[in-house]
Amino acid sequence: MEAIEYARPNTIDDAVRRLGAAGARVLAGGTDLLVQLRGGYTRPSVIVDIKGISELRRIEQTASGFRVGAAVAGAELGAHAAFAAQWPGVVEAFQLIGSTQIQGRASLGGNLCNASPAADSVPALIAAGARCVIAGAGGTREAAVEDIVTAPGKTTLAAGEFIVEFLFATPPAKTGDAYLRFIPRTEMDIAVVGVGVCLTLDGSGVCTAARVGLGAVAPRPLLVPAAGAALVGTTVDDAALATLAAAASAACNPIDDKRGTIEYRTKVAGVLARRAAVAALARARGQ
Amino acid sequence: MGNEPKIFSKNFKWVGTRPVRPDGVDKVTGRAAFGADYQLPGMLAGAVLRSPHAHARIKSIDVSAARALRGVLAVVTAADFPDLPSEVSTGGEAPINFRHVSLNVIARDKVLYEGHAVAAVAATSASIAAEAAALIKVDYEVLPHVIDVLEAMRPDAPVLHADLITNGVEPAPTKASNIAARTGFTLGDTAKGFADADVIVEREFTTAAVHQGYIEPHAVIATMGADGMATIWCSSQGQFMVREFTAKLLGMEISSIRVIPAEIGGGFGGKTTVYLEPLAVALANKSGRPVKLVMSRVEVFKATGPTSGTHVKVKIGARRDGKLVAGEMVLKYQAGAFPGSPATLGGMTGFAPYDIEHASAECWDVVSNRPKCAAYRAPGAPMAAFGVESVLDELAQKLDLCPLELRLKNAAKAGTRALYGPKFPEIGYVETLLAAKAHPHWSAPLGPNQGRGIASGFWFNIGGPSSAAIHINEDGTAEVVTGNPDIGGSRASMAMMAAEVLGIDLAKVKPMIGDTGQIAYSFLTGGSRVTFATGKAVIEAAEATVTELKKRAAKLWKIEAEHVEWRDGQAWCTLADGTDRAPLSLAKIAHSAGKTGGPISGAVSINATGAGAGFGTHLCDVEVDPETGAVKVLRYTAIQDVGRAIHPAYVEGQLQGGAVQGIGWALNEEYIYDDKGRLQNAGFLDYRMPVASDLPMIDTVLVEVPNPGHPFGVRGVGEVPIVPPLAAVANAVSRAAGLRIDALPISPPRLLKAIDGARQA
Amino acid sequence: MAKHHVSTTVNGDQVEFLCETQQTLLDVLRDELELTGTKEGCGTGDCGACSVMLDGRLVCACLVLGVEAEGHSITTIEGVAKGNDLHPIQQQFLDDAALQCGICTPGFIVAAKALLEQNPDPTETEVRFWLAGNLCRCTGYDKIIRAVMNAAAKMREEA
Repeated sequence: MEAIEYARPNTIDDAVRRLGAAGARVLAGGTDLLVQLRGGYTRPSVIVDIKGISELRRIEQTASGFRVGAAVAGAELGAHAAFAAQWPGVVEAFQLIGSTQIQGRASLGGNLCNASPAADSVPALIAAGARCVIAGAGGTREAAVEDIVTAPGKTTLAAGEFIVEFLFATPPAKTGDAYLRFIPRTEMDIAVVGVGVCLTLDGSGVCTAARVGLGAVAPRPLLVPAAGAALVGTTVDDAALATLAAAASAACNPIDDKRGTIEYRTKVAGVLARRAAVAALARARGQ
Repeated sequence: MGNEPKIFSKNFKWVGTRPVRPDGVDKVTGRAAFGADYQLPGMLAGAVLRSPHAHARIKSIDVSAARALRGVLAVVTAADFPDLPSEVSTGGEAPINFRHVSLNVIARDKVLYEGHAVAAVAATSASIAAEAAALIKVDYEVLPHVIDVLEAMRPDAPVLHADLITNGVEPAPTKASNIAARTGFTLGDTAKGFADADVIVEREFTTAAVHQGYIEPHAVIATMGADGMATIWCSSQGQFMVREFTAKLLGMEISSIRVIPAEIGGGFGGKTTVYLEPLAVALANKSGRPVKLVMSRVEVFKATGPTSGTHVKVKIGARRDGKLVAGEMVLKYQAGAFPGSPATLGGMTGFAPYDIEHASAECWDVVSNRPKCAAYRAPGAPMAAFGVESVLDELAQKLDLCPLELRLKNAAKAGTRALYGPKFPEIGYVETLLAAKAHPHWSAPLGPNQGRGIASGFWFNIGGPSSAAIHINEDGTAEVVTGNPDIGGSRASMAMMAAEVLGIDLAKVKPMIGDTGQIAYSFLTGGSRVTFATGKAVIEAAEATVTELKKRAAKLWKIEAEHVEWRDGQAWCTLADGTDRAPLSLAKIAHSAGKTGGPISGAVSINATGAGAGFGTHLCDVEVDPETGAVKVLRYTAIQDVGRAIHPAYVEGQLQGGAVQGIGWALNEEYIYDDKGRLQNAGFLDYRMPVASDLPMIDTVLVEVPNPGHPFGVRGVGEVPIVPPLAAVANAVSRAAGLRIDALPISPPRLLKAIDGARQA
Repeated sequence: MAKHHVSTTVNGDQVEFLCETQQTLLDVLRDELELTGTKEGCGTGDCGACSVMLDGRLVCACLVLGVEAEGHSITTIEGVAKGNDLHPIQQQFLDDAALQCGICTPGFIVAAKALLEQNPDPTETEVRFWLAGNLCRCTGYDKIIRAVMNAAAKMREEA
């Protein structure tokens, strides 16, 4: 059997070159890749460790918002007070991925590119309207987070492309985001349902914008415009929340598996959408 | 008082205290060597090839490509092992058919479950061994399979064993089936009993197969010399079991195998048989090199353990005042691929806490295409108790009685005849109920969506063969050698009991676990027997040592030994002949042992009888989220008659650990199969054992009703605590959600469906 | 391809080892450096028995490649005591009987130490969630949580 090579490039260009090889795999936090290696599900020709590239490791506040390197670990992002104050929902979603130990390694880029429909951070990133900067042989491009994953294990990234960083635009005043997931235990499980909600209120408390991301209820994480629309123009009252819950459930296209049933996921998606919206609302109101 | 311990009635110096365990420092510093921690020069890494199919005929195995791979030194298949005849050994806790053990360790003609071992290789590195295993070509003829116990009992089910004729059915069937055996117990006349009942509750229950879940995967290193002598280092619940089973499976003499027990990283019954050891010895024999085999977690889930999934029917009748008049149980337990489920133990234990005049149990042992079940903490009892204790809860609701008072009214006491035959001697079940009643938990208020469950449980506890040797060192310190792996702190209790009898400081007593060449035979660590039975051997060895010490003192004093008394670690002369003889300390006697007859020691081998039955009562509060079906355990109290707690902290630990395993069993743990009979959740991610954040503190109450069969009053304590929790949790959920839970695990989708169903009804 | 030659720091010692790409830090610690106090319970990051500190951050050694250790600093259970002076958490585990079989104990101690270094006064809930990635099947966690809380209290007194 051919040995697996290991490369640790220091620049984006070098990484692009190494990832051009057939069978190359990106290593960031390794919390998915090493499990797949161990289980014999993957046998890369070369493992390209992108943690040596400074752009992928930084958290930077810019005039227009934040840029967060794709290889930043959960524990690092959680410790960034300014980011956590602006995007508490993104941080809580990221920090729900695995244990404390996993938090020391797992990255936003990895959580997205592993392309699991149940990835915890992705619905929150979708709700937050985050965009990714993607590097590849043809240079860099940008894409919305919701446009990356197409199916379990499949993304729109071309061969050799990888995510460099995530861009978060500074939200308007009175914006709040939240993420909730359901798992059978209190920790260490994969989401059975995950919901991210980000909403903005005007001065009178009427919702002017809302985005809802859903995870684990379809072959890929979803942006659910109808769920967001249910809140816009309302004070996020019980009637609006009921419409939101119905829209979230209606968007579900889940499977029966060891983690949950179709019926269960569909129903609980609505329940969690309502609860996450209530949590986001409280944050938007500054509570 | 008949139930007071016979030698030391009170004033224990060490018993009942909480010293630091003797092996503690090794275990908090990483120095303790577990099964996988040994390395030998020239050691090879092994790998096991396992079946991808639930049920298939092996048409051929071609190992040539694997054998030809550079770095591969040995490959073994069933052809390298003797084809054993059916031979049932009854020496252990349960009958063992070595043919089945052999076929489970390595498949011969058929694979009977996904993960069944087919071949093993040894190579110079783990990656080469894995590559070689993948190069073995097995030609399978895939056969129809059956997973569920009720389906496996149907006449048209795929049959696993062409020669399996049901035992215990008259007349004997003429056709093979998956039903291995029917057993039963009867007391009185249940038809008559039910006729007297004012209320009868009858329900069917199911529980899922669950794994013991020890954190340490099975691991072994074996060597085999040109002299035919094998040495095995491994993690197991019994070095003598490993020696006997390995010898039997390889056709070796017991004296050709020495087994060195490594520290064991949890077992709970799951390490009371062999999986890897015979393979490692065979590979070491073929390669002439030491071979190490370590299971992955996936292998642990697919090829070891678990305990049976079950279908349990319980019917209990009571009079209006709550007096139970009749009970019936029908238990159908999955054995896995080979006969030997603990169904009979379920039948023996389910009604044991209660005085019911008319009772019966019918127990069915059924094979299916799952890994062969292994013992798991009070094997068979939790599932039967789940049924019985749930039905009692429902009876209490129907009779509008307090569920604790209902139990108290019917509780077994000394003299009560158990369904399985004997009359109980001194037992402490009533005392656990009274302690529950008095506990603040029982009367604490509950909030909305919250419920409280109570349930009780029984386990026999066993005795059996145990050996102990005490060696007095030249400086007056003592070594205590026993033959039972220390799975949860038993070294501490052995040392404490020895120090108590010898009368010396605990710090001067060093316990150790002997290998099979260093101590005489001891039955394995299981059945909650070690502190009781091996402890009894230690006490007797210490008494023999004291007898010898008194003789030596008499020699030094030149008097008869009958005039010497042993107190506080010193010999005292009782002769009043005017001569001043200052007491002789153990150290002084040891120091002059050369002058009085040589080294001083005491060794005994016993077959311990008089194990005391154990009873526990658990209280559980839960909160149910009616929108998601999530269950949160808010408060938990485990109360148990422990006879006498030698080291109370480790006794509490048994209650806490058993309770939490039971909570996991009740709420989330289960083996999940796909339609091809492949296990879907063979890992800790999706086999959801409780994590720290799922739980509250587990409160404990140790009730001490001494066991008259042990000098200090010890009862086994390790198994009882997993019996009540299934029903304690289910009863709490039933009351919180206003519906009756009859299937485990109470996973959120299942509970939400039940809640929604009840709402619509 | 030849094995990788890796230079790193383990428990303060400069060490070098050879490893294949797919060998994890756990494999290297146990098999190459013979530091077997770090245990393997699952190999997939689900049990925490292989908890180690990597540059001051708590990780599962089974989810780090050995080759990634180049130039970094690792602390394992063998580096928690100072010589034969036990760390207060180790002593508290002994005093509170917070272990039964002991296989998970090294991982719990490494993880608990990481917690108390960043939060000297955690609540019970914080301790439970921090340690949720460390599985114990023997104790029901009760005595472990108490030992960590008690060790924290003692360390605060001594600080």
